[in-house]
Amino acid sequence: MPFVTWLKRHLVVIAGLLTLAYLLLPNVVVTVFSFNKPKGRFNYEWQQFSTAAWKDPCGVADMCGSLSLSLQIAFWATVGATLLGTMIAFALVRYRFRARSAVNSLIFLPMAMPEVVMAASLLTLFLNMGAQLGFWTILIAHIMFCLSFVVVAVKARVMSMDPRLEEAARDLYAGPVQTFLRVTLPIAAPGIAAGALLSFALSFDDFIITNFNAGSTVTFPMFVWGSAQRGTPVQINVIGTAMFLVAVLFVLTSMVVGNRRNKQKA
Amino acid sequence: MKTDNSGDVRLSGISKTYGSFTAVHPLDLTVPEGSFFALLGASGCGKTTTLRMIAGLEEPSSGTVHLGDQDVTHLPPYKRPVNTVFQSYALFPHLDIFENVAFGLRRRGIKSVKKQVEEMLELVQLGEQARKKPHQLSGGQQQRVAVARALINHPKVLLLDEPLGALDLKLRRQMQLELKRIQTEVGITFVHVTHDQEEAMTMADTVAVMNGGRVEQLGSPADLYENPRTTFVANFLGTSNLIEAEVDAKNGDDIVLRAGGGKLVLPQARCSAPATAGGKVLVGIRPEKIALTHADDAGSIPEGRNRLTGKIADASFIGVSTQYVIDSPVCDEFAVYVQNVERDGRLVPGADVVLHWSPAHTFGLDAAQAIDAGTEEEADA
Repeated sequence: MPFVTWLKRHLVVIAGLLTLAYLLLPNVVVTVFSFNKPKGRFNYEWQQFSTAAWKDPCGVADMCGSLSLSLQIAFWATVGATLLGTMIAFALVRYRFRARSAVNSLIFLPMAMPEVVMAASLLTLFLNMGAQLGFWTILIAHIMFCLSFVVVAVKARVMSMDPRLEEAARDLYAGPVQTFLRVTLPIAAPGIAAGALLSFALSFDDFIITNFNAGSTVTFPMFVWGSAQRGTPVQINVIGTAMFLVAVLFVLTSMVVGNRRNKQKA
Repeated sequence: MKTDNSGDVRLSGISKTYGSFTAVHPLDLTVPEGSFFALLGASGCGKTTTLRMIAGLEEPSSGTVHLGDQDVTHLPPYKRPVNTVFQSYALFPHLDIFENVAFGLRRRGIKSVKKQVEEMLELVQLGEQARKKPHQLSGGQQQRVAVARALINHPKVLLLDEPLGALDLKLRRQMQLELKRIQTEVGITFVHVTHDQEEAMTMADTVAVMNGGRVEQLGSPADLYENPRTTFVANFLGTSNLIEAEVDAKNGDDIVLRAGGGKLVLPQARCSAPATAGGKVLVGIRPEKIALTHADDAGSIPEGRNRLTGKIADASFIGVSTQYVIDSPVCDEFAVYVQNVERDGRLVPGADVVLHWSPAHTFGLDAAQAIDAGTEEEADA
């Protein structure tokens, strides 16, 4: 049975490739359909190749406005959550204070709480405070739920950091500020970057919480949701594919840079 | 060589307590400039805490630290002219070897570091590795980077915290000689913390043996080995045979003791305990100072030597010497190391023997202390 032997030998590779296909197939569909020329208002059936949507990505009314809003919110939510989350992570790892363990578990709650419930509760809170729903309420909500992820990512990194490294820096004439900037921060950077990237993706993606607390403001996910009920413009696929390509490019560049740096060192 | 004694380290009444635990009891210590000083002790004896107080990484609970004439007790570590080689090195993982070594110079605002760093890397034979990251180097190389990173700042004192602990035995030997060479070359005061008595004795001019947050004894390696003043030092540095004896009489400069029916002579000068007739002392003798003679030849042993009888319980041949364990009336595990020069074929387990040694090699200790302090058995308990 040569086929069985062959299968046995390559089972891991086959399983790996199938899993990869499972992961990437939706992305392929998005990309392929960004070149479609649909007949009606819905982009669900393949008709004919066309680059029309790519040539005019903002051709759909209000879409690019909502995209720009989502990017802005994601940017500021990332900045806010990363700053606060990094500080919380350092506090939790470095200092012994009252209620430290309580804070440690409370940080996880936003991750465990069903999003719909949190969204509804936030709305209640904002309405009771008389807050004007819009950009600011969305931003506050996003910073809140991104925070936990940053704390988790940074905490893992800070915990595994050898405290002697900072002592070595102080021993080598670095004052507190220098020690933080030259040693602590660079070593914690991968954790902080991971937390920041996660925040950006989560914020940009978020629909449920945003939908409850946006008032009349429309973010990109809300735009897609809204338009899906009336028809799906091909431009949505264009934006999706573009975002995907940017992410892939980002990963590839960092890999190439990393490789080159390692080669130079060797 | 400088002559202003600015490389002296003077600790006066320095102590450290954590809550109710006292890590270091008030101690006074002077390390003369240019010397290689070792703090030796088992883990938890306070040696590292003492070192960290000199570095400024630990604030003393009392006492002062002086470097030369300067009181540095309350200076932060980055303002002290002292550098440390950390246990497990603490090299900055995100910087390459060159930048690790240049770190101290750059922090002090020195612009042109290239020449100095390259020279320092040559000194530790790592010129080729300058652009590698620490994790790409072997343990021995990382250790040398840690030394270079500290030495480049020309500190008045270099502190070494178990710097060789992570290396294998062969490399450790090599690095011991290497560090000793560097110390002689640069002439800086080295304070070295270790739990390895052999390492301390090989490298240091002066060794302070610490136990339970106190300095038990301080002296040159030979002095500590030949004249231990406590059972801890006697057992921690090498091996000692300790037997309990009763003071019989004083005879000029000697004390005559009674042990197991026989008489032993101990020079008064080598007894660190008050010896009054009828009182007890612990008599110590190093295993290699003892000669073994078969009981049949007992008559050939010269007069005036201390002697004990016993039976060989075990003999292990280890090349340069043979190590015997003798079962004697005063001690059932008497260790004797005999050089393999002329081996007596009759000295096998079961043989009756006479152990004898020169009184000048005998030392006396206070019997009030634990006889097994500092032994491995005690450490395991």
